[in-house]
Amino acid sequence: MIAASDEIGRRFAEIHPAFDPQAALVEANRCLYCFDAPCTAACPTHIDVPRFIKKIATANLRGSAVTILESNILGSSCSRVCPVDVLCEGACVLHRYNKQPIEIGRLQRHAMDYFYRSGRRLPFTPAPDRAAKVACIGAGPASLACAVELRKRGYGVTIFESRPLAGGLNTYGVAEYKLRPADSLREVELVKSLGVEFRFGVNVGGDVSLDDLERDYAAIFIAIGLGPPTPMKLPGEELEGVVDALRFIADYKTAQTIPVGRKVAVIGGGNTAIDAANAARRLGAGEVYMIYRRSEREMPAFLFEYEHSKLEGVQFRLQTQPVAIRSAASDARRVGALECVRMELGEPDRSGRRKPEPAPGSNFTIECDMVIPATGQSRFLDFLSKCRGVEVKDGCVVTDPATGRTANSRYYAAGDCVNGGREVVDAVAEGKRAGLGIVSWLCGAGW
Amino acid sequence: MADLTTNFAGGIRCPNPFWLASGPPANCGEQVLRAFDAGWGGAVWKTLGDPIVNVSSRYSSVDWNRQRMMGLNNIELITDRPLDVNLREISEVKKRFPKHAVIASLMVESKREAWHQIVRQAEDAGSDGLELNFGCPHGMSERGMGSAVGQVPEYAELITSWVKEVARTPVLVKLTPNISDIRMVARAAKRGGADGLSAINTINSITGIDLDTLTPRPDVGGKSSHGGYCGPAVKPIALHMVQQIAGDEQSRLPISGIGGISGWQDAAEFILLGAGTVQVCTAAMHYGFRIVEDMIDGLSNWMNAKGFRAIDDFCGVSLPRVVEWKNLDLNYKIIARIHPEKCIGCELCYTACWDGAHQCIHLDRATAGNVHGRRTPAQVEAESARRIASTPIAKLDGANGDGGPYATPLARIPRVDEDECVGCNLCALVCPVDGCITMDRVDTGRPFESWEQRSAALAKGGQC
Repeated sequence: MIAASDEIGRRFAEIHPAFDPQAALVEANRCLYCFDAPCTAACPTHIDVPRFIKKIATANLRGSAVTILESNILGSSCSRVCPVDVLCEGACVLHRYNKQPIEIGRLQRHAMDYFYRSGRRLPFTPAPDRAAKVACIGAGPASLACAVELRKRGYGVTIFESRPLAGGLNTYGVAEYKLRPADSLREVELVKSLGVEFRFGVNVGGDVSLDDLERDYAAIFIAIGLGPPTPMKLPGEELEGVVDALRFIADYKTAQTIPVGRKVAVIGGGNTAIDAANAARRLGAGEVYMIYRRSEREMPAFLFEYEHSKLEGVQFRLQTQPVAIRSAASDARRVGALECVRMELGEPDRSGRRKPEPAPGSNFTIECDMVIPATGQSRFLDFLSKCRGVEVKDGCVVTDPATGRTANSRYYAAGDCVNGGREVVDAVAEGKRAGLGIVSWLCGAGW
Repeated sequence: MADLTTNFAGGIRCPNPFWLASGPPANCGEQVLRAFDAGWGGAVWKTLGDPIVNVSSRYSSVDWNRQRMMGLNNIELITDRPLDVNLREISEVKKRFPKHAVIASLMVESKREAWHQIVRQAEDAGSDGLELNFGCPHGMSERGMGSAVGQVPEYAELITSWVKEVARTPVLVKLTPNISDIRMVARAAKRGGADGLSAINTINSITGIDLDTLTPRPDVGGKSSHGGYCGPAVKPIALHMVQQIAGDEQSRLPISGIGGISGWQDAAEFILLGAGTVQVCTAAMHYGFRIVEDMIDGLSNWMNAKGFRAIDDFCGVSLPRVVEWKNLDLNYKIIARIHPEKCIGCELCYTACWDGAHQCIHLDRATAGNVHGRRTPAQVEAESARRIASTPIAKLDGANGDGGPYATPLARIPRVDEDECVGCNLCALVCPVDGCITMDRVDTGRPFESWEQRSAALAKGGQC
């Protein structure tokens, strides 16, 4: 059991620590300054990477930070949480030169740390206030990015959030060794400083109806993310000691007292499962198993996350499917073991991955006192069904990718509820495009 | 095996052509002894004369992309040590290293007796040669010495002749580059009887200004003064001046090449343009005497590979290849070729050609060389800005993205329009990958024709 945020800080030391200024200069000078750079193209928010790196090299850190913020208002958190291996750094031409891509993420963080350290002066101020207001539902990255585009042009923005803090998964869901809540919240403050109104603890559809919003706001922006965890439908799921991955992560990040098991089984093969497994290790679990039904080739987690997790001491139980959670012999209300079955991989299924089939008679149990399911999130289908005229397909809101506009011209949407669950930077990019889409629609409508 | 032993300017013998230039690394006997231990073939002692008082600070430099001391500037004067101490140490060094060259750099006021006296003292101490410092561009020149002499051919000739009246060892005149045509003073030195020339001395410079204090560097109590610039940055200027004097009949004397020599390649280049020995200062100040090891080793290996047995075998070999522009072949043509298999897709050649050259590199491989739709750099950037990118997620995108690194996409490999390429070299110069862009000869089918020939033909009313 762990309490106190400083203990969390100690156990979750940063995985990619800041550059010291000398190292940043050396790294910045390695950048070739590509034209029409692939790193910029790979970044969903199209940050002009060579430009901001060149500015670090010329000791123009303010200019560097402003370059980043002009494309991505969450440039600080993105510098820490982005899977840069598959984005900017993955696209770096130096892979083909000397196999050592520029550490773009850490350079971006270097510039953004300077920005926050030096007084957080934004390069732009809101235009004179206009009459029209926009309601943003959800205070995650998509809404923050959308709100900035609207405020820059003078439109009013109210962000409705059911939780007590803004920032979405940046605040509640990112592994602590990548991003701390305080670093997420300082970005929220930056957005707030542009005159964005936040209403916390408000459930749209409950506390406030969509009719109210339609009456009071010219446009409505849906950025509600994904819903509660998908139930695994396993016997014993209700036992004490079964904690959903996102709740587990949110709880330790907000420094609540976390009981972590001695032996923990995490179910799933995605990035969230990895975050939860690593966290369990760092919080003190002696044995952490990741239970995934396919092989490592099919594992949805990024390769670098998988490799990192092995270094954290997580043990992978691949081609293994849980069939039941068993209670402890000493306490029938508590988790005691996970019963699993071995899986064999058959022909490729609809997703193109080989279909796992249980091997008959291969059941075995893994002794554990905590089970953390991380098998995906459901969709807020009920809520979306109340958004009149908004088309939903496979649980995701259908939008025009360039403008974020839904089938209902007053509704826009972005982030996980549209893309099915990608990265923070994707939510920012979509939120930004939607913000501009709303601006263009409001202008066209004479607002 | 390559033989590096050198006999320079009629009698200065040394085991190799690498000398420490007159400057801080050759300030005292202890340093020169260690330098000879490290392998240096000779040393030009820090200039002897009436001891002076130096200021603090004394040096400033120009860095380039975090590489330190691409150029070094100094406002240090000649030796600040008593003459008798320097002379005694010269004798000691010569006793310990009789086969190494010790050259005394000299600078005294412009009086015949003063020059006679210092020449005798230096030679009595055992110097193998003398180098007349007519080049120091700062401080001493305000007192009528150094470059104040080197900038006036008559003075340089006169003082050289005074020295030659008494000198028993070879006399080298060190030339200042701070003059419109270095050949004027080189010729004067030759007329005065000099046995050799050292070129170049440092170049007048202000290296920069501290943007916090607004004081130029080096800062001496809030003020600065112009200094002498040296180091790798000045090598091309020095090479040109060595070529100028080596290629000039009226200046022709043995040359000790100086200016930004940092390695064996630099040394080979100076020798190819006519230098018989080379002098090094900044590189030794930067990395220490140990750098001479690779200078000797690298030069020997290169000579062996090229079949040169001695320095004389390649001294001045490249000189005939420097001609006046009017004698270059107007019908020689090369064009850039990009080797796609080596291209990493940085597109630096593209932007360089569009903004800095002749707009003949295009990004149209993926669009089958659509010559009518050539995109400007702004169009290329705008298209990228409009493109929607998202993080590849295996679960959503089907494929398990391995994150690359991928081969260079065809669309990022530039194409040279060979009809438009003027063969300027710029793309090959900016390309970070060795051998990715080559400049290939194209046969124009036309014979050699220089501008001189062509303009002569035009004057006769012929066809061009």
